[in-house]
Amino acid sequence: MTPRRKRLLLVGGILVGVGLATGVATMAFRENLSYFYNPTQVTEGQVPRGRSFRVGGLVTKGSLKRVPGNEEVRFVVTDLNRDVTVAYTGVLPDLFREGQGIIAHGRLDGSGVFVADEVLAKHDEKYMPPEVAQSLKKAPGGAGPGGEGKGT
Amino acid sequence: MATWTWFHRLASPPYVYRTAATLTPWFAVVAALAIGYGFFGGLVLAPPDYQQKDAFRIIYVHAPSAWLSLLAYTTLAVAAAVGLVWRMKVAHAVAAAAAPIGASFTFLALLTGSLWGKPMWGTWWTWDARLTSELILLFLYLGYMALRSAFDDRQRADRASAVLAVVGVVNVPIIHFSVTWWNSLHQGSTVMKLAKPSMPGSMLWPLLASFLGFTLLFAALLCVRLRAEILERERQASWLKSIVEKR
Repeated sequence: MTPRRKRLLLVGGILVGVGLATGVATMAFRENLSYFYNPTQVTEGQVPRGRSFRVGGLVTKGSLKRVPGNEEVRFVVTDLNRDVTVAYTGVLPDLFREGQGIIAHGRLDGSGVFVADEVLAKHDEKYMPPEVAQSLKKAPGGAGPGGEGKGT
Repeated sequence: MATWTWFHRLASPPYVYRTAATLTPWFAVVAALAIGYGFFGGLVLAPPDYQQKDAFRIIYVHAPSAWLSLLAYTTLAVAAAVGLVWRMKVAHAVAAAAAPIGASFTFLALLTGSLWGKPMWGTWWTWDARLTSELILLFLYLGYMALRSAFDDRQRADRASAVLAVVGVVNVPIIHFSVTWWNSLHQGSTVMKLAKPSMPGSMLWPLLASFLGFTLLFAALLCVRLRAEILERERQASWLKSIVEKR
């Protein structure tokens, strides 16, 4: 074996080794690397107990309610399978609207309401001019814009 | 073998030094035209987004910068691997020349993303998979440059930093696929995917022009930096002295 071939194998070996190690590590930490849990995972109890975490999903249309007397808002987050009610006190981001994806950080209280201390808007990868969005909305049976493709 | 002559020619510093000089203006001119059209088309002509309004226009800087951060690292790592295996000095020079350019565009991608994230998401920064892996890329670039400068002996610097560069390349696919492998706050790919781009032509063409322009800008910057790198490395070489004496 020529020295050059040996070095080639060495570099290839480093690549394969590091690649495998990273692959195994990321598989092992799959859940921990995810930024948020979806409502199905929350209702099925696959979330850390007694600790804060993030829940992400679509804001159910018509679910946003302001609690009279203080700054609190309540809305329902869904993955089109299960729902979680979120209570939040504070300023909502610009892109927050019903039907849009959001991610809330906080913890579950005793009654199953997710009390959030931070709400972020998740934007999807679709871009379009307002006129196109309008005509998509009007088109009968056409899938309207807004609303994220992936629930998970 | 005739098929390998181009490869062997690339190992010759005078040849690469001259070729880089010839190519630089071509890359630079086409880059300027493409970026000019991309920015004008994206910032002025393209319609606003239905949700983000004008804020979406940062994509014309952000996405090409992020693309360059990955392209520059891949270039760096491939050059470093070639340098390791074939003991090719010019390859190490390419890797060394690419690092600061890549680091700059990584920083630009993080900065523009942060500026967009505050109004759109509601936060400057968050530890989601895409943002974190891109930040690690910045640290890889900085680590690579720091490691190079830690050696007085250039050959040792070349080899040690090349190993780091090769190991770090594992982060490139992680960055690209982070938004599909894990739940993340960062949205999925709009253009860099096999499916049709999720964007109409009026927004897409300027963006593609920006991608092309940034890529050629990288090529031009790389040529300039590579020549400087070769000058420094070959300052004792006779071919260089003969060029200098001719002037």
